[in-house]
Amino acid sequence: MTSKQLAWLIRRHGVEMTHLSGGSHIGAILSVADIMGVLYTDILKFDVNNPEWDGRDRFILSKGHAGASVYAAIAENGFFDTEELKTHYQNGSRLSGHVSHHLPGIDFSTGSLGHGLPVAAGRALAGKQNGVNFRSFVVMGDGECNEGSVWEAAEFANHYKLDNLVAIVDYNHMQSLDYCNNTLEVEMIKRWRGFGWNIIEVNGHDHGELKSALINTSNSENKPTVVIANTVKGKGISFMEMDILWHYRFPHEGWEYNCAVNELHKVKPEGVIDPYTPNGCPETIAQPENCRHTVSETYNPTYYTREVESK
Amino acid sequence: MRDTVIKTLIELGKKDKDIELITGDLGFGVLKPFWETLPNQFINAGIAEQNMTGVAAGLALEGKKVFTYSIGNFPTLRCLEQIRNDCAYHNANVNIICVGGGYVYGSLGMSHHATEDIACLRALPDVTVICPGDPLEAKLATEVIAHTDGTTYLRLGRGGEKVVNNSIKKFTIGKAYKIRDAKDMPNKIAIFSTGAILEETSKACDILEEQGIAAEQYSFPTVKPIDKGVISDCAKRFDYIFTVEEHNIQGGFGSAIAEVLCECEGIAKLHRIGINDFYCIEVGSQSYLREQVGINAEGIVDKVKGVIGE
Repeated sequence: MTSKQLAWLIRRHGVEMTHLSGGSHIGAILSVADIMGVLYTDILKFDVNNPEWDGRDRFILSKGHAGASVYAAIAENGFFDTEELKTHYQNGSRLSGHVSHHLPGIDFSTGSLGHGLPVAAGRALAGKQNGVNFRSFVVMGDGECNEGSVWEAAEFANHYKLDNLVAIVDYNHMQSLDYCNNTLEVEMIKRWRGFGWNIIEVNGHDHGELKSALINTSNSENKPTVVIANTVKGKGISFMEMDILWHYRFPHEGWEYNCAVNELHKVKPEGVIDPYTPNGCPETIAQPENCRHTVSETYNPTYYTREVESK
Repeated sequence: MRDTVIKTLIELGKKDKDIELITGDLGFGVLKPFWETLPNQFINAGIAEQNMTGVAAGLALEGKKVFTYSIGNFPTLRCLEQIRNDCAYHNANVNIICVGGGYVYGSLGMSHHATEDIACLRALPDVTVICPGDPLEAKLATEVIAHTDGTTYLRLGRGGEKVVNNSIKKFTIGKAYKIRDAKDMPNKIAIFSTGAILEETSKACDILEEQGIAAEQYSFPTVKPIDKGVISDCAKRFDYIFTVEEHNIQGGFGSAIAEVLCECEGIAKLHRIGINDFYCIEVGSQSYLREQVGINAEGIVDKVKGVIGE
């Protein structure tokens, strides 16, 4: 499977899983889909027949709310049947909304932000101490970088020269309630540079750029690497892109689901079969004009700093 | 107690290179023998306990037997969620060493009083809670937990505690140890303690004995899992059970005993001796603060005599 095919399938599964469950975070699943697609085809070493293989690359999806993306990626790689993806969020399922390690192919649970990088650093350190040649990968959100524990780990990893540690920031510029810069102003690149990391900035939807950044992260100064992947929240479905509402809203039955599926079908790579709607959805339900309830442009949280500035 | 544990860790570490000690930039004058003997098994993670604990989980998932080290509430409350999500939930062999349980750092102020840690850690599934009463219990516990899967909280006192136990043939997690038998006297009393308050408790038992009030005394180095056998046995044989802890009486050792006692057959009535649900604003040494809150030997004696009406 190519990275493009996997990324498309992650998006398609993500729409279906959140649609069926009424689950949140489709915006984050779509923004990270290309990163996950590239990782799980061209980058990560793993053995589907031996999930605990000692030589595998270690992987943590620290932005655990995008759990559907890793579930889809490993199911498509054969760790379990893709049919099980439909149980996401359901009673009795193995697929909790946030990442669970009670599944083959996943060995670390997340959901509370700021936990992944310290653990990934510990694994990278153990790899060096044990002389085992793997890389320790962690995918984080940009909002997640508000967490102080991220920066504790950033200091630690640089100090101990963990050049087998690779962090990828899904820099979609939005977090839970608003744009990142409206929440806590930040200069992402400068911040990581201040912590001494090897920094690679890429377009997080360009598979060529992602691959060339991730294929070899060794560097002469033995620094840990962070790939700042510039992304668009909701990428691939026009009415979800850069709209904070779709951090939580799920594609409802009707035009939201139909239009989402049909937009994906317009860019479906060759050789991919949509497991849910092989021919797309019938175009009977178009997006209504002047539909206000699925956009957040009227959403104006009042922030103290803005009030101060306006005075 | 802390020097005993570090000495034990050095011996364990020499035989097993997977034993690793991480400190949150504390242990001046305590950890030096470890890092000098086993420099490749020692890490200073800096003043960053959340990361220290996450790193420990990562190391443990790769097969290391990890001990994190700090004082007071720093290795526990500061990073409670890392202990819960990263260590316990993943059954990681991470052993959290706290030096300074209770009022060890009394004069340093409320920030350094570890007086709710047992309650917090006890509430987490798959976390073993061990509070050794003397250096012997501390040594034996360390040897056992290093080679036991899963996450353990090891709550120590300071340095210089006396050995109270005569001998312990085999240390078992979850077992209480009898310190003394009740003589054949009319009052039917059992006294349980956990942690380094054992020394004060023993002193209190000595005083009571001199005054003709004998008690059967147990040290409970393990608070979780608790020794239900000893509790239910004592519930039947005694009129009163007293618990002593250098910790808030809410949620701690006494509460753990109460949970078992209320569900088993017996006649014993429970009285908990500990810190009566307040932050200590007084300044003073450990022995001064123990006296102020009534958990020194004399305080324990007064409480026991008050309850049994002597």
